[in-house]
Amino acid sequence: MNKWTALAQKMSKWIILALTFIIIQLLIQVNIINDYLQATLATICINIILAVSLNLITGFTGQFSLGHAGFMSIGAYTCAIILLRMPTTWGFLAGIFGGALLAAVVGFLVGLPTLRLRGDYLAIATLGMSEIIRILFLNMEITNGAAGLSGIPRFTNWFYLFVFMIGTIIVITNFLKSSHGRACISIREDEIAAEAMGINTTRYKVTAFTIGAFCAGIAGALYAAYFYFVKPSTFGFLKSIDVLVIVVLGGMGSISGSILSAILLALISTILQDFSELRMILYALMLIIIMLFRPQGLMGSKEVSLKIFKNLLSYMPSRKEGQ
Amino acid sequence: MLEIKNMNVHFGVIHALKGISLTVNDGEIVTLIGANGAGKTTTLRTISGLKKPTDGEILLNGRDITHTTAQERVKMGISHAPEGRRVFSTMTVLENLELGAYLRKDKENIPKDLKMVYEHFPILYDRRKQAAGTLSGGEQQMLAIGRALMGRPQILFLDEPSMGLAPLLVQEIFSIIRNINSTGTTILLVEQNASMALQIAHRAYVLETGSITLSGTGAELMQSDDIRKAYLGG
Repeated sequence: MNKWTALAQKMSKWIILALTFIIIQLLIQVNIINDYLQATLATICINIILAVSLNLITGFTGQFSLGHAGFMSIGAYTCAIILLRMPTTWGFLAGIFGGALLAAVVGFLVGLPTLRLRGDYLAIATLGMSEIIRILFLNMEITNGAAGLSGIPRFTNWFYLFVFMIGTIIVITNFLKSSHGRACISIREDEIAAEAMGINTTRYKVTAFTIGAFCAGIAGALYAAYFYFVKPSTFGFLKSIDVLVIVVLGGMGSISGSILSAILLALISTILQDFSELRMILYALMLIIIMLFRPQGLMGSKEVSLKIFKNLLSYMPSRKEGQ
Repeated sequence: MLEIKNMNVHFGVIHALKGISLTVNDGEIVTLIGANGAGKTTTLRTISGLKKPTDGEILLNGRDITHTTAQERVKMGISHAPEGRRVFSTMTVLENLELGAYLRKDKENIPKDLKMVYEHFPILYDRRKQAAGTLSGGEQQMLAIGRALMGRPQILFLDEPSMGLAPLLVQEIFSIIRNINSTGTTILLVEQNASMALQIAHRAYVLETGSITLSGTGAELMQSDDIRKAYLGG
């Protein structure tokens, strides 16, 4: 093996990422991906950010949270409020990071007391929190109540979607690979044993929860700056369930599973647009069928990696040598 | 090394431990035997900080650790192999062992201790890349002990290491426990299998519904008529 193939292997991940970005950018430019498909693309990217970050909380750390819509709405409203007063790229970036930070702070404050609860109790507590946030937005002046905020300038484009989506994935995978990530997974596996090993379980649960909330805030901000308007009813508990469905379907504890299932579900619901009345029935039916045949989710807790392709590549030449 | 003074533990209104006192000296194997529900596991969990006592004192090397957290106690050298093995089942054997050394600052010594654990339990070396959940019950117990050893404990708590194991495996586990002790680790052992526990223990305490009713050397208790009737089958 010469140094070029070694280098190519090392860079292959980045090359594939860059190619994905460029190809889709070109498809947008020549309008093969039209406005309608672009909206689907935005939904996919936002859902990937939401699902990957919820997977960190629920799939890897094992804390059953139904509060993701709440964190998302904090990001969305923060970004909307800032963008309406400061419609520039800087305002957009300030909206994204401000929204994400605010969501993280709320996640931290809510996480500290509630993460002492386990299982169903935590689910109910986070659901309650998310509803409180929604009711607050419904009644505050600055958020314009039930009508919501409209006329938000669109700043989210494929570039920002891609950057924040990949950024979220990289940050969360690296966190999981670190010793902190191991500690989180050990809490999911067995909280008592983790505690007996001297792992500060509360701290790691709150950390995972805060990182998850931060990313959900980013997703919300991107949402607000793409779809022009935000209203409280968008962020009801059904939104949290939607994200949970993506995570469970993809596989609790698999980042690539979350990505795959976010793409798959968006495509399914786009294709089903033509059967408007049957749409929700078919969608639910498909979920039931997938869960019956793959209860562990599409990917289980496994990850797709470039190794598969590497193995394929190395398999082909070796066959030639054999002949 | 370890001294418990008049410790009370409540679960709500239930008075689980009623003022128990016990000592474990350096280098000993001390066993705590008793029937189901006597409070053996609660005793261990309270000493390792997983449960808070209502009152009483816990001293480690003369220092009062009653109000420290479980993490601090692991750092001070208390390792706990909890009841029912509780291995991290989707992680590999090696990852489980590494988590046992999670709090240690001397990361450079970890390979040496891994080797030590593999010497005690050669089967774990063969299985090091396997998911812990796929191990047999005996292997999981070995992993649970090995994982606790990776914390480099001064004192090792073993909770029911014989639970659910075939008699031959129980023999093996107990001879390994004796080996671990002979390399200088103090052991506090909780067991229902009283005869095995008394055979390897230097000293023993008998716990009955939350109180210590008898104590003595392992050999003494083996001879005691009450013990023979109650725990050793006549």
